[in-house]
Amino acid sequence: MAPASKLMSLSEAIKRYVPDGAEVVMGTSLETMIPFAAGHEIIRQRKKNLTLIGPISDILFDRLIGAGCVRKTRAAWVGNVITGSSYNFRRAAEEGTLETEDHSNLTISMALNAGAMGVPFMPALTALGSDLYKTNQSLKKITCPFTGMMLTAVSAINPAVAIIHVQRSDEFGNAHMWGNLGVTREACLASRHIIITAEEIVSPGAIESDPNRVITPGFRVDAVVHASWGAHPSPVPGYYNRDHNAFIEYRNESKTSEAFEKWLRLWVDNVKSSDDYLRLLGKERIIKLELKNHLLSEPVDYGY
Amino acid sequence: MATDTAGYTLSELMVTAAAREIADGEVVFVGMRLPLLGFLLAKRTHAPDAVGIYELGIVRDSPAPEPILTMGDLPNLFRAKWLSDTSDVMGLLQNGTVDVSFIGGAQVDRFGNLNTSYIMSSGKLATRLPGSGGACDLAGLSQRHIIIMAHEKHRFVPTVDYITSPGYGNGAGWREKSGLPRGGPSAVITSRGIMKFDPVSKEMLLVSIHPGVTARNILDNTGWPLKIADTLIKTPVPTEYELKVLRELDPEGYWTGS
Repeated sequence: MAPASKLMSLSEAIKRYVPDGAEVVMGTSLETMIPFAAGHEIIRQRKKNLTLIGPISDILFDRLIGAGCVRKTRAAWVGNVITGSSYNFRRAAEEGTLETEDHSNLTISMALNAGAMGVPFMPALTALGSDLYKTNQSLKKITCPFTGMMLTAVSAINPAVAIIHVQRSDEFGNAHMWGNLGVTREACLASRHIIITAEEIVSPGAIESDPNRVITPGFRVDAVVHASWGAHPSPVPGYYNRDHNAFIEYRNESKTSEAFEKWLRLWVDNVKSSDDYLRLLGKERIIKLELKNHLLSEPVDYGY
Repeated sequence: MATDTAGYTLSELMVTAAAREIADGEVVFVGMRLPLLGFLLAKRTHAPDAVGIYELGIVRDSPAPEPILTMGDLPNLFRAKWLSDTSDVMGLLQNGTVDVSFIGGAQVDRFGNLNTSYIMSSGKLATRLPGSGGACDLAGLSQRHIIIMAHEKHRFVPTVDYITSPGYGNGAGWREKSGLPRGGPSAVITSRGIMKFDPVSKEMLLVSIHPGVTARNILDNTGWPLKIADTLIKTPVPTEYELKVLRELDPEGYWTGS
């Protein structure tokens, strides 16, 4: 029997796999390929009480927090990479409406790796000497049974859903991702469900021609969404550059709750489709972000 | 203090000082913001064989072909030596391969402990900062690390409110007792001068003063009686060539403008 297509609309994918209260891992490539379109759809559906899991989330987490979707973050860093602090996160944390579990990039990777490997924790040498233990109950000091040395045990994280933005996928969830991968592989393996948003939908043959580039086994993927420019303003290798101005402008657009509400109406609530979003972005800006210098890799031979 | 009339900005002086901390051939874990430029400047001047590692999962041994604002910009992936997982590059850090790393801070204390998480005021949370990112990992696991930050009294405190990234804790022997396998801060480069650490007591020591700054001014802007090294020097200013390269790396002055 032919496998069933997993292609669906973004709103359907979020409706099905991101229930209120879910633990969601995203922004797993750190600064690149952040699934902004999916995050904006979560906001449009006004999901509640989510726990967001990630390494350095850039401004996507801040937007979801500002929109009232988030109860807790389990993250290494929440901010705006090129301007510093992010204001919705600050407001929520300082007012006490947001619970935060403090990780480092290494501990979040180990937590997801433990989840991916099916073990209760992973050992690490990081966090020793720090106060992360005080604000993160999933870190404990242990003694190595072999060497007697002190270690940090990082408790496993198994998110309900991973949301991953990739360059291309077939309709069955076999997807190619290239560039820096961050914690994407362990995040997918650790999660019960996986939503893939892709710049392009391609044939299974195109994916099978290069299995080393497949980010996670397709049989574990639940939803495939065609989302071109779905990571804007973050960059996607092979597709478009980082829109620095969007991050710089967001600093003022989120400085007060009122400014953020205005931003939210314009860029999220009034946007019904990716066409709407691109119209709002404008042709000039899009052309500026497109790749100017291409670099195609040499083909490799997987034959026998 | 450095001004436009000096021919360079304060940020340019700080980035240059950071670059000079990198020796040729070293493996450098490059942090966000100013350290990014410090590494690129070192590559283009005295340390052409230094290797750069970025927490996103990037290893490269040549500067990006175009100016970048942050490590995830596509020119920084272009012809990289390795694109990988974050856990791969964190493994290089944890297994001792990384010689030197750079981190910024909001609050630092006399033993070089850094806080980028929680600023408290009379026992209550005053400011929630973004958190560790990779900083805790870099401070714990590099062979040495260098701190770059603004030098103000409210940032230079006797004891930090929260240790995001461990320095020397409460002094000699603390890192070993905490289980940290190696390392510690080797320098603190600020907007006023450069501090190093006493090899025995592990306490911060003023070693260099930026042009136009006095020792008095630095002491007034430090929240504890900062010790001064026996030989105190003036921070060497950027050379013309260093400035030329820096302005190519940051042509719009986003990081190094006045």
